[in-house]
Amino acid sequence: MKEYKTIQEISGPLVFVEVDEPVGYDEIVEIKLEDGTTKRGQVLESGEDIVSLQVFEGTDELDRNSSVRFLGETMKMPVTEDLLGRVLSGRGNPIDGGADIVPDERRDIVGAAINPHAREYPREFIQTGVSAVDGMNTLIRGQKLPIFSGSGLPHNDLALQIARQATVPEEEGDDDTEFAVIFGAMGITREEADEFLEEFERTGALERSVVFLNLADDPAVERIVTPRMALTTAEYLAFEKGYHVLTILTDITNYCEALREIGAAREEVPGRRGYPGYMYTDLANLYERAGRIEGEEGSVTQLPILTMPGDDDTHPIPDLTGYITEGQIYIDRRMDSEGYEPPVDVLPSLSRLMDDGIGEGFTREDHEDVANQLYAAYAEGNDLRDLVNIVGREALSERDNRYLDFADDFEEDFVNQGWNTNRSIEDTLDLAWDLLGTLPKQELKRIDKDLVEKYYPEDAEAEEEAEATA
Amino acid sequence: MSKAKEPEQTDTGRISNVSGPVVQAKGLSARMNDVVRVGEEELMGEVIEIEGDVTTIQVYEETSGISPGEPVVTTGSPLSVELGPGILDSIYDGVQRPLDVLEDEMGDFLDRGVDAPGIDLEKEWEFTPEVEEGDEVSEGDVLGTVPETVSIDHKVMVPPDEAGTVADVNEGELTVEDTVVELEDGTEISMLQEWPVRKARPTADKKRPKTPLITGQRILDTLFPIAKGGTAAIPGPFGSGKTVTQHQLAKWSDADIVVYVGCGERGNEMTEVIEDFPELEDPKTGNPLMARTSLIANTSNMPVAARESCVYTGITLAEYYRDMGYDVALMADSTSRWAEAMREISSRLEEMPGEEGYPAYLAAALAEFYERSGLVETLGGDQGSISVVGAVSPPGGDFSEPVTQNTLRIVKCFWALDADLAERRHFPSINWNDSYSLYRKQLDPYFEGEVSDEWADTRQWAVGVLDEESELQEVVQLVGKDALPEDQQLTLEVSRFIREVFLQQNAFHDVDTYCELDKQFRMLDLIQQYNDHAFEALDAGVPVDEIEDVEAAQRFFDIPVEDDWEPLVDEIEDQLDSEFQEMY
Ligand SMILES: Nc1ncnc2c1ncn2[C@@H]1O[C@H](COP(=O)(O)OP(=O)(O)OP(=O)(O)O)[C@@H](O)[C@H]1O
Ligand SMILES: [Mg+2]
Repeated sequence: MKEYKTIQEISGPLVFVEVDEPVGYDEIVEIKLEDGTTKRGQVLESGEDIVSLQVFEGTDELDRNSSVRFLGETMKMPVTEDLLGRVLSGRGNPIDGGADIVPDERRDIVGAAINPHAREYPREFIQTGVSAVDGMNTLIRGQKLPIFSGSGLPHNDLALQIARQATVPEEEGDDDTEFAVIFGAMGITREEADEFLEEFERTGALERSVVFLNLADDPAVERIVTPRMALTTAEYLAFEKGYHVLTILTDITNYCEALREIGAAREEVPGRRGYPGYMYTDLANLYERAGRIEGEEGSVTQLPILTMPGDDDTHPIPDLTGYITEGQIYIDRRMDSEGYEPPVDVLPSLSRLMDDGIGEGFTREDHEDVANQLYAAYAEGNDLRDLVNIVGREALSERDNRYLDFADDFEEDFVNQGWNTNRSIEDTLDLAWDLLGTLPKQELKRIDKDLVEKYYPEDAEAEEEAEATA
Repeated sequence: MSKAKEPEQTDTGRISNVSGPVVQAKGLSARMNDVVRVGEEELMGEVIEIEGDVTTIQVYEETSGISPGEPVVTTGSPLSVELGPGILDSIYDGVQRPLDVLEDEMGDFLDRGVDAPGIDLEKEWEFTPEVEEGDEVSEGDVLGTVPETVSIDHKVMVPPDEAGTVADVNEGELTVEDTVVELEDGTEISMLQEWPVRKARPTADKKRPKTPLITGQRILDTLFPIAKGGTAAIPGPFGSGKTVTQHQLAKWSDADIVVYVGCGERGNEMTEVIEDFPELEDPKTGNPLMARTSLIANTSNMPVAARESCVYTGITLAEYYRDMGYDVALMADSTSRWAEAMREISSRLEEMPGEEGYPAYLAAALAEFYERSGLVETLGGDQGSISVVGAVSPPGGDFSEPVTQNTLRIVKCFWALDADLAERRHFPSINWNDSYSLYRKQLDPYFEGEVSDEWADTRQWAVGVLDEESELQEVVQLVGKDALPEDQQLTLEVSRFIREVFLQQNAFHDVDTYCELDKQFRMLDLIQQYNDHAFEALDAGVPVDEIEDVEAAQRFFDIPVEDDWEPLVDEIEDQLDSEFQEMY
């Protein structure tokens, strides 16, 4: 393989090299510094004479005497089942001091798109034990459901709680498909990473996890490959080895910053707020690697975490994410400061795959109606909060007051379950009925009449009748 | 797009530069928009710029590993689709490759460099001629039919620009390449035609539409109807209901043919359609919905250049069925992804960017696309139509951005989705204050003739109440509902029924998902009756609390989900009358 010592220009994370033989687009390069250390990079544009590269470890200490070797292949991830239990760098090298990895296969990290015709529509309910999720924003196997959070909010706790508690209830016992967690960290702090690792070790989850760590002080450009390595491993485990894989990617915001940095270095025409115009496509190439395939046992479920700059969900990172993923879970700053665990704001949250994965035969017959009713009632109560600040409770009708109470109780009892409570879907729905019992029966317009008859709490009914006769 | 049928290679060049989906070649003599084969793997591409010796190509497949020096060969013809029986009940990618064939050839993941014809060349179809020897035929005339699906007879037409006297007619089991009719001048016509996607198919005349595309969605048919041959845009932030609305239209609208273009959106949404449509019944014929549907899926992780072309592929297929005299509805979800694909390609060409980085020709491209809709007289003298409904995904949900604004200038229906409504699970979350339909007036005669002569009046009444409510809501925000005078409280109650009973419609409920026109009218009329009774009672001195306790009104909520709705509406109507009669 030819070695070039013809670096023309170094600019940010980019290097421009003069070549005299054709080089493939997207190919991997190895750059050797004079002191013998090597860095890896990737071809961003390949011309007849000049090739531009992005260097994953950053261009620190590179100079025109560094030599460049084109490896003649695109970036690969060595995959094997033995990766389970291992901690790897953001570039996929083991950093846990364990044995070398003997790959079963080396897979291109730029995954090919799943043919929509080969997909199977996801319908299998995952019980996370978190009422705000299970009851109202149900997670489905093969879904991509991001957590929209802000800096300093406890998104990691929620992700960990979900990873710890997730099960598929009906299948317990007769299902031998195994569950695995892929954790892809991009630019998070050492402390955050340790938090995850300790928790994984404490719960024994590490054995069935593969951890990829690109930390805050690791090169930013490396963040471009970390999630691809993680997802390549996830796809391998899911569609080759039959695992149900939960992939946690954090923090997508750091990933996008890296994209922006490269875009700026290439002097591209920037899109909204300086992020590249192709960021939608780029993110879609990550998120769409979730799903199920017809005839395959396993699945890839994604739980990406992103911190919204300025808590603004119209910022391009959450905005483009929301346009690609199948819903989102919002972590709310007010609820967090009031001490709710988890501080999930259910109103803007959404699970788009929920409709097909709940109800009779999946969760419980009343699930959909109950969720709709909870939304409507909570939204109504929540709306009244502004008004009550102006006119006071006394000025409101009895009906309004009930809804205000409902909103408070809902947050206090339903959402605020604590990081260590694991509720079955029955518990979640029963709890919902307790709350709905505080509203008169005829207010439950979103629920089928027969279901109201069946599930409306009896004591609430008695109370209501007593009130009516009094 | 079959390799077999391409004209012989006219010239070969060499790749000089590769940057993502954009490749440059030197030494190639190709024309603008010609399809070319790029590299050793013969990836499909299209010429998008020619400057001196350098030809710029957008490539419809992944370009990883492609390097300078590899060959580029032009096919000499522009990007085209193949037209013939077999388009319905199919699912294609953005350049008309059938996804099921691709799955057979490359497995679960989309590989590249694989070619597959858009139309099955082997399959035999039963051709029944409608002409005989000696007949004079000209462009667009129907030569015969083929039962393409249980729902649709495919009409084999004389291609544009052909005419003559029929010399020979074939019939029976034939493949699409077999000659069905030979003209005296020796022209052989088969079932297979090709048409360049970027060129509109010709028609005899364009007409003003007068019939609605009935969707079974209350807020659309009653408040913001679209005509057969009309255009509509559905803009809205993520999660507000664009796709669900588009799916509802694809399922329930009374078009003969549906072309559904998934442009740069989710894989699972296409899978949902592939799984559901064969199971669902076409409300018009009772046959499986797939029998009238053609799907084009270029999901967000498929190559970006094919995202640019998929809307053209879709509209060309739509035109072809329109030319047979059918009413076609085309859904494009989402046109923003198409616009962004144009932007991405354009920025790689280093073209001078227009507003927000979009190419300066954005407005023209959108206009040209929507112009291909309409009610027309076909070349064959029939009537056919294409209705186009485009979803728009504005960044940050802000409608002032270029794609929404440029679309607004063209389309006549604007169905504005609203994040607030979606958040409180008011579905479809179409905002009734911001939305409009410019077809209302021209469609009223139809509704008045077919449904009720009070159709327009009842609608105008409802619109009036909703307008009044939105003004009152501002006051309520400040002082609470109970501080309003009684008549205004009553208006709020009436408008609540309009919103919660009539406008809300659950797409996932077996019955509520589709609401026939008669039911729509009776529901709204019933609410109006309640309104009239209620205000009379109020005038007679009945306190508003008592009016609000009318039990019949609470039963309104049962109507949307009731299959056998007529007796129920009659019953509630009687109950309303008697309850109000007893009141004072
Ligand atoms: N008519 C409806 N009835 C019931 N639920 C609906 C309706 N419309 C939308 N929804 C709910 O809203 C969710 C989001 O809708 P949809 O996927 O259509 O949004 P979208 O506007 O296409 O978003 P994106 O731009 O991200 O694709 C659905 O999954 C469904 O839960
Ligand atoms: Mg959508």
